[in-house]
Amino acid sequence: MTLNELKIGETAKVVRLNGEGAVKRRIMDMGLTKGTEVTVRKVAPLGDPIELTVRGYELSIRKDEAAKVEVG
Amino acid sequence: MANIKIALAGNPNSGKTTLFNALTGSDQYVGNWPGVTVEKKDGVLKGRKDVVIQDLPGIYSLSPYSLEEKVSRKFLVEENPDAILNIVDGTNIERNLYLSTQLAELGIPMVMAVNMMDVVKRNGDKIDFGKIAKALRCEVVGISALKNEGGLEAAEKTVDMARSAEHDAESGNRKVAEVPHVFSGSVEHAIAHIEESIQGKVPKRAIRWYAIKIFERDRDVIKDLDIGVGLMKHLEEHIRDCEKELDDDAESIITNQRYDFIKSLMDKSLTKNEKRRNKATLSDRIDKVVTNRWLAIPIFVLAISLMGWLAVVPGGDVTDWANDGFLGDGWHIPFTTHEVDGNDWETAQADFAKAEATVAAWEAGEKKASIEDEETGEIAEEWDIDEAAYNAAKKAKEPDPRQFGVWVPGIGAMIGAGLEKLGVSETVSSLVKDGAWGGVSTVLGFVPVIVLVFLFLAFLEDCGYMARVAFVMDRICRKFGLSGKSFIPMIVGMGCGVPAVMAARTIENKRDQRMTIILSTFIPCGAKLAIITMFSVLFFRSQWWVFPLMYFIGIAIIVFGGIALKKSKAFAGEPAPFVMELPAYHMPTLSGVWRHTWIRTKGYILKAGLIIFPACVFLWFVMHFNWSLTLLSDEQLDQSILHDVGSWLAWLLKPLGFGSWQGAAAAVSAEIAKEQATATLKIVSIGMEGATGGARVQNLFASMSDFPKLAALSFMVFNLFIPPCMVAIAVTFREMGSKAWGWIAVGFQLFVGYAIAMSIYQLGMLAMGCGFGFWTAAAIIVDLFCLWAVFRPGKKFKVVSCKLKGES
Repeated sequence: MTLNELKIGETAKVVRLNGEGAVKRRIMDMGLTKGTEVTVRKVAPLGDPIELTVRGYELSIRKDEAAKVEVG
Repeated sequence: MANIKIALAGNPNSGKTTLFNALTGSDQYVGNWPGVTVEKKDGVLKGRKDVVIQDLPGIYSLSPYSLEEKVSRKFLVEENPDAILNIVDGTNIERNLYLSTQLAELGIPMVMAVNMMDVVKRNGDKIDFGKIAKALRCEVVGISALKNEGGLEAAEKTVDMARSAEHDAESGNRKVAEVPHVFSGSVEHAIAHIEESIQGKVPKRAIRWYAIKIFERDRDVIKDLDIGVGLMKHLEEHIRDCEKELDDDAESIITNQRYDFIKSLMDKSLTKNEKRRNKATLSDRIDKVVTNRWLAIPIFVLAISLMGWLAVVPGGDVTDWANDGFLGDGWHIPFTTHEVDGNDWETAQADFAKAEATVAAWEAGEKKASIEDEETGEIAEEWDIDEAAYNAAKKAKEPDPRQFGVWVPGIGAMIGAGLEKLGVSETVSSLVKDGAWGGVSTVLGFVPVIVLVFLFLAFLEDCGYMARVAFVMDRICRKFGLSGKSFIPMIVGMGCGVPAVMAARTIENKRDQRMTIILSTFIPCGAKLAIITMFSVLFFRSQWWVFPLMYFIGIAIIVFGGIALKKSKAFAGEPAPFVMELPAYHMPTLSGVWRHTWIRTKGYILKAGLIIFPACVFLWFVMHFNWSLTLLSDEQLDQSILHDVGSWLAWLLKPLGFGSWQGAAAAVSAEIAKEQATATLKIVSIGMEGATGGARVQNLFASMSDFPKLAALSFMVFNLFIPPCMVAIAVTFREMGSKAWGWIAVGFQLFVGYAIAMSIYQLGMLAMGCGFGFWTAAAIIVDLFCLWAVFRPGKKFKVVSCKLKGES
């Protein structure tokens, strides 16, 4: 399962980050690393991006990026 | 004693600039969104001339993505500050410490200031500073930059630390004894090995930082080091062993283990208030409404419209007072006024005006007298006169405002009286009253409106809405190839185009940054607001919708301009990724909002003195002298230098409806500063008929076109949407990175402004039944071209992973 498939309010643990390069690094720098708990807070009015709670703060990423984050 | 350099480093939006301002007494801009500061700023610590504090743009990590992150990293690694003051947001400590672990590895003495301790305490959370200090081998203090608590002590501590630190024998830099080790056994082993092999090749004290970067295969760092292919190959083996053992890539291993280290440190040192944990905070509740599925976009539209309403409805009254009262003839202090002979001041004035009109009309041999409405220029009242009325009117005396209450003379009246006392010639009096003061006071008259908009903007910036706008708008922006982050510069642009162009630096991808720069100045800035106010009062009966309409036209240009640009080769491609922190909302403090407003307003007023004033004097001179430098009277202005120069350019503006030398002078001089257009119009209309400056401007437009309102609309739109003022153009050139790109930006803006003004005027005339001419056809062709540029099928981009700046 990937992060973009979580429903609003659901919490899961990050299992793996796919993809490579600067975007992946940026997402990891922002605290979305293996083993982190992440909650989907909300989806933007037009369906994208999504808002997450991770490490106690609010982070927003696009669904494209969320699709590269495997959770379980 | 040598100067001590202290770098303020920390995450975006952690309060570095607030602390910087408190420590140095500066007035740098702060706001509640990540990326307010995009340039390094220096200041001297209050009361300590030998200590320089450097405010760096906020960064999340020392692996840079965007331009301003590069500024910070370069400074920290290469410029060797004597000590680092690391600001950490105490309400978001876990992610903030991620950067701290990296800063600690630089081997520079460091003090960590945990900011927002007032909020942490209010939330009932507890942070054990001792444990963090021990783990990261630095000093830790709690501060509240906003409440001005503990900041100075933290700075003093940093200075002491820098003083007492040992000097590195080789480089003379100050260093710390030990840097923290946060990684697991096998990683530490590999790093130790790398450290050994690069000794002598990198600055000694930061050797660990370099070793970790090599382990991560950071291209920028490796490129700058002279490692050698053989050695790199050898090191690569160690890295690969490590990757195999931990079944992950090196970059992920480092990131994961840093966060693991922080997580276990947090478990020991942070006690969260359990009661609060699951409670919805006020921030959450506000957020629910503001980013609601259905309400988000209407709320945004409402916010902009509210600003427009504020600027016109209450703003209009204040502008009247500023123009006619404070800067004009004078004003009564409220509640001190009383009636004289049953009339109040307004009635008495109106009666006297009527009497004057009666006298003038009778003496001219007419049987009817009339009074024109000052604003619309239409006949407001007309009445029959006879000899009796004339005799009565002749006896009427001008009412003395001082009898009607406490009267404060206006600056304009005082200048007039002063000039009369000095007994100066009519020429000098005209230069001062009509030229210099006429122009400057016009610009200053808009201060109240501009203050209102700046107040509104300061509130938006401080409360945390900006990042949400980016979140809400991302999807729309992506439609035309930008990320939601591009929306932030556009809102900043409502204040001023210069910071807007600079704010585009937070966009990670050069192509998107350039596009944002080109587009963001289409949002009317504070100075353009002066033009909108003037025209909506003079030509559109102060309708409240004129303001929002101009903003939405600006937004429409951005959207369609974006779509068109994106289809060109230079800008095609996937938009930059959107990874953005959404800061917590907080109620802006009154003093904070006021400070923001004041900084901007001060800038506007100073500009009136330093730029508008000399420009007005210059304009008055070139308008009142001919080429052989003979003084001209107000009736001979068509022999002036300005008339000739303006006429050379006027033909270009003919299709727009204001192709006279006056129109050209106003449009060109507006490039000095946008509000100059209002001042210039007042000056170049000196030769026109009319009792007030406003009436003269109306007559000026009437002299240029059969449809003065249409020409006025065209003039306003032209000035709003052609390239911004000189300063903003200069910044655009700098930020675009090359002259060629600068010209592309300016060329595009010029085309857009001209095309829209021409379409409005030509198609407007067509609609009014003026027939089809050459320029009508030209306008239609230009419009068809624009439609084609927007709607032509673009190439589908198939790029899967997009490259960021810094990636080759």
